[in-house]
Amino acid sequence: MRKQTEVLATRSIGAYRWLACVNPGPTPRPGQFYMLATVERWGGGEAERPFLPRAFSYLRTDGDRLEFLWEDVGPGTRRLSELRPGEELWLLGPLGNGFEPAPNPLLVGGGIGIVPLACWQDELVDAPVLLGFRDAHHAAAAELLRDPRIATDDGSLGHHGLVTELLAAELGDVTVYACGPPPMLETVRAICTERDVPAQLALEAGMACGFGACFGCVVPTRDGYVRLCVDGPVLEAAALEGVR
Amino acid sequence: MIDFCGIRLEHEVINGSGTFDAIAAQRAFGDELLERFPFSAFVSKTVTLEPRQGNPPPRLWELGAGMINSIGLPNKGLRGYLAEDLPKLSELPVPLIVNVMGSTRDEVAALVRAFGERDEVAALELNLSCPNVKTGLDFGVDPIATAGLVEHVRPLADKPLIVKLTPNAGDPAAVAAAAEGAGADAMSLINTLRGMALHPHTREPWLGGGTGGVSGPAIRPIALAQVAQVASRVRVPIVGMGGVQRGADALDLLDAGATLVAVGTESFREPLCASRIVRELTQLLGEPRLEAPSTVR
Repeated sequence: MRKQTEVLATRSIGAYRWLACVNPGPTPRPGQFYMLATVERWGGGEAERPFLPRAFSYLRTDGDRLEFLWEDVGPGTRRLSELRPGEELWLLGPLGNGFEPAPNPLLVGGGIGIVPLACWQDELVDAPVLLGFRDAHHAAAAELLRDPRIATDDGSLGHHGLVTELLAAELGDVTVYACGPPPMLETVRAICTERDVPAQLALEAGMACGFGACFGCVVPTRDGYVRLCVDGPVLEAAALEGVR
Repeated sequence: MIDFCGIRLEHEVINGSGTFDAIAAQRAFGDELLERFPFSAFVSKTVTLEPRQGNPPPRLWELGAGMINSIGLPNKGLRGYLAEDLPKLSELPVPLIVNVMGSTRDEVAALVRAFGERDEVAALELNLSCPNVKTGLDFGVDPIATAGLVEHVRPLADKPLIVKLTPNAGDPAAVAAAAEGAGADAMSLINTLRGMALHPHTREPWLGGGTGGVSGPAIRPIALAQVAQVASRVRVPIVGMGGVQRGADALDLLDAGATLVAVGTESFREPLCASRIVRELTQLLGEPRLEAPSTVR
């Protein structure tokens, strides 16, 4: 259930904000997520928001402490970015399902979508990681993973182009684990489907609650709409007709 | 203990229909949820005769003091609900109220008859925020259509029948009076208010359903006014809801004439908020009440 927890450390990594807090609950599985809100002053930002908590995959845990990473893109992430050590957070989770182990994992992340791959890489041995970012400033967050190959849209670091171009060259007898913006995930889904490569995609959708109450976070699948919070956020690419 | 239409309830706080999925919540939180079940009765989400997928996403829009939802009442339909959901919901530690909706009298009648036979169901709630296929208008905006529907289905089930009013009616109290006259045992209000948001870039409607229902603290004063208005027109008990976040909000609705209070949007932010609201309300009800200046004088 929802628990109050203490912020232990915060810092900026390139374009992103990193935060560590006490883990007040069970140890999560890679790919699971939490609903976060500040205890003080949640609201009163742009258009008097935020009102609802925000969903975040966790970056990493040692059981006692949880790490998160986000980009300041709206009133919720802006308020979270103001948090300092000693201040308090509301935490609901861990929620949702996680990645399922499969042979020959290959991890693909785009932008803030690198988050659930960090803890997943910790559990895997020698899984190659491909990461894509807008530019070198965002790519600073690549330090959070081991030995990544990097692509940037503007060519300021690594491969000049899309991470999915790196992926296309690597596809073989692998299982792809991907998280990133919808156009990237749609490309991953399409090329994996075409080459008959299994892929698990960690998706994102706006959520009010995170535990199946609001029915707001549905995504279309071949079997109709599913709630991403309770039936995801990790879905098999084969279950999807497209990622929007 | 509270007596609501002959049903004994532990306290005054229940959930609004469609704002808590007890089955999904149990998957997420395990048995802790059942041990600390926050509501004194559980109201199911709306059940229709046939399954519904619901509206295309996006389904949510956040406001500074609430949200707009365009969920579109997804559900498994009567048959799916009876087979899959009812057995699980009947294991909850509190009485079950099933909310039903249909676009014709016959559809509603079939639902009322089916649930009327089930011992697991303590009461029925009729969602009037559904377009009547004959007129295109929601049943609940029209006192005559409402009375006709309630009169038609009232004899079909030997269980309390709650009518969930829509705040989008011109005169909700007139609709309530018509429903009471037709045999309704209780009223619940308010449902969400129709609202809209535009996509920040395309300027098209943001929500997949075009418009949606506004809920949360933004609508609390409207709920209070409508509950007071309806309470002045009917004698049957009232379930008051709309933006309840604290015990003090619940107390306002009780003082305006409600017997029970329902919590909705706040549960999204805090799954067990109803337990906190009950604690706060119990404390407020135990405190000496100041008499109104008019009676003091």
